[in-house]
Amino acid sequence: MDYVNDWMNAAESTGTSIMAAEFADGVIIGADSRTTTGAYIANRVTDKLTKVTDHIYCCRSGSAADTQAIADVVSYHLNFHAMELGEQPLVETGAAVFRELCYNYRDSLMAGILVAGWDRKKGGQVYSIPIGGMCVRQAVSIGGSGSSYVYGYVDANYKTGMSKEECVNFVINTLSLAMARDGSSGGVVRIGVITSEGVERRVVLGTELPKFYEG
Amino acid sequence: MSSIGTGYDLSASQFSPDGRVFQVEYAVKALDNSGTVIALKGKEGVVFAVEKLVTSKLYEPGANRRIFTIDRHVGMAVCGLIADARQIVDIARREAANYRSQYGVPIPLKYLNDRVSMYMHAYTLYSAVRPYGCSVILSGYDITDGPAMFLIDPSGVSYGYHGCAVGKAKQAAKTEIEKLKLTDMPTQDLVKEAAKIIYLVHDELKDKNFELELSWVSKETNGDHQRVPDNVFVEAEKSAKQAMDAESDSEPEEV
Repeated sequence: MDYVNDWMNAAESTGTSIMAAEFADGVIIGADSRTTTGAYIANRVTDKLTKVTDHIYCCRSGSAADTQAIADVVSYHLNFHAMELGEQPLVETGAAVFRELCYNYRDSLMAGILVAGWDRKKGGQVYSIPIGGMCVRQAVSIGGSGSSYVYGYVDANYKTGMSKEECVNFVINTLSLAMARDGSSGGVVRIGVITSEGVERRVVLGTELPKFYEG
Repeated sequence: MSSIGTGYDLSASQFSPDGRVFQVEYAVKALDNSGTVIALKGKEGVVFAVEKLVTSKLYEPGANRRIFTIDRHVGMAVCGLIADARQIVDIARREAANYRSQYGVPIPLKYLNDRVSMYMHAYTLYSAVRPYGCSVILSGYDITDGPAMFLIDPSGVSYGYHGCAVGKAKQAAKTEIEKLKLTDMPTQDLVKEAAKIIYLVHDELKDKNFELELSWVSKETNGDHQRVPDNVFVEAEKSAKQAMDAESDSEPEEV
């Protein structure tokens, strides 16, 4: 092995910081925007918040190819199911379909996914599907390589029943902290607010991110 | 059958010149020999009541039940050929179990109804098969959507109902059901009314013996479908018999 990074052969992956949190009226999802191929930044303004149905989104981490492919399959499946049901599918159902794929193909996939959304039965919900294909509901969940730096921050600062702006700020702060420490995360912070009304998207540019101690 | 219809009833896949499918109509006739089945949907639940005709005293009680549980939250009452009906019960159970394992949540009743209806309808389309000689009623309860009920015909047609009846005395039963204010009735009252109607429409002269079957799925049962507990059953049967006695006492006065 030489010292040159083998980025021509490295898999394109989202060394990532992603997050989803329930608040009073729905869920907030957030992600950084860095896609890396080895040490090379293949895309600095990636959108890792991917639409599945009108009220269900997923935050992708792991292999960009794998997670995009999974999201496409699930999106097709759930939208077909919506036609059969005559109504929007439940978030729980969406998570189950993701889990089924991630579990059955666990040996060939590299995917850590957060499924988040709103439905009329249980309101805002977050489901975490880490690499082996487990599925668990959490009030707040973080994922990707950057998440390991901010578990303590999340535990210390998450509260149930936050207002929208309060929760958005919490997500932006958490992701900014993760992006500052994690080399494979960075760029801008992308945010999605999912409520009964649908989805509201926001971007916080790199220059506008909150600053913390950088010693 | 008039001359125009003759010869067009040999296959389920053939129309008569006036646009009927006789095999399906014959299947509906199979229901007329079966004990009456009624279902009532109230404010917070659905109740099934079945008049299970017992053709021999030699049978053990409780054999050949006509009410089934499809999934925790779904019940099915059947009318017509019991062997045909059990096949429908089986595919409904499979459909519900598959949905649970695929989607992680209980099957919505509307969706199960669509699937079972489609399955029964498929048996009216091909010459190699005959239609199912049974009607089934599906009942269910959902925390957010409340109670729901559907009746499926041998033709595969289905409707949602507040109250419905199939079998021998379906006309008499429907007349009785129409007298009730179903939409705001508590489940406990539904059980009594349902039992009463079964006793009322039972024809003692033609069919001597019958067993009453009662089941419910409601808010009180936590959305589970189950046969009614013994004390409720005894109470309902007692008040049904009392109502019958009161009626027969008053009859001579009316004459």
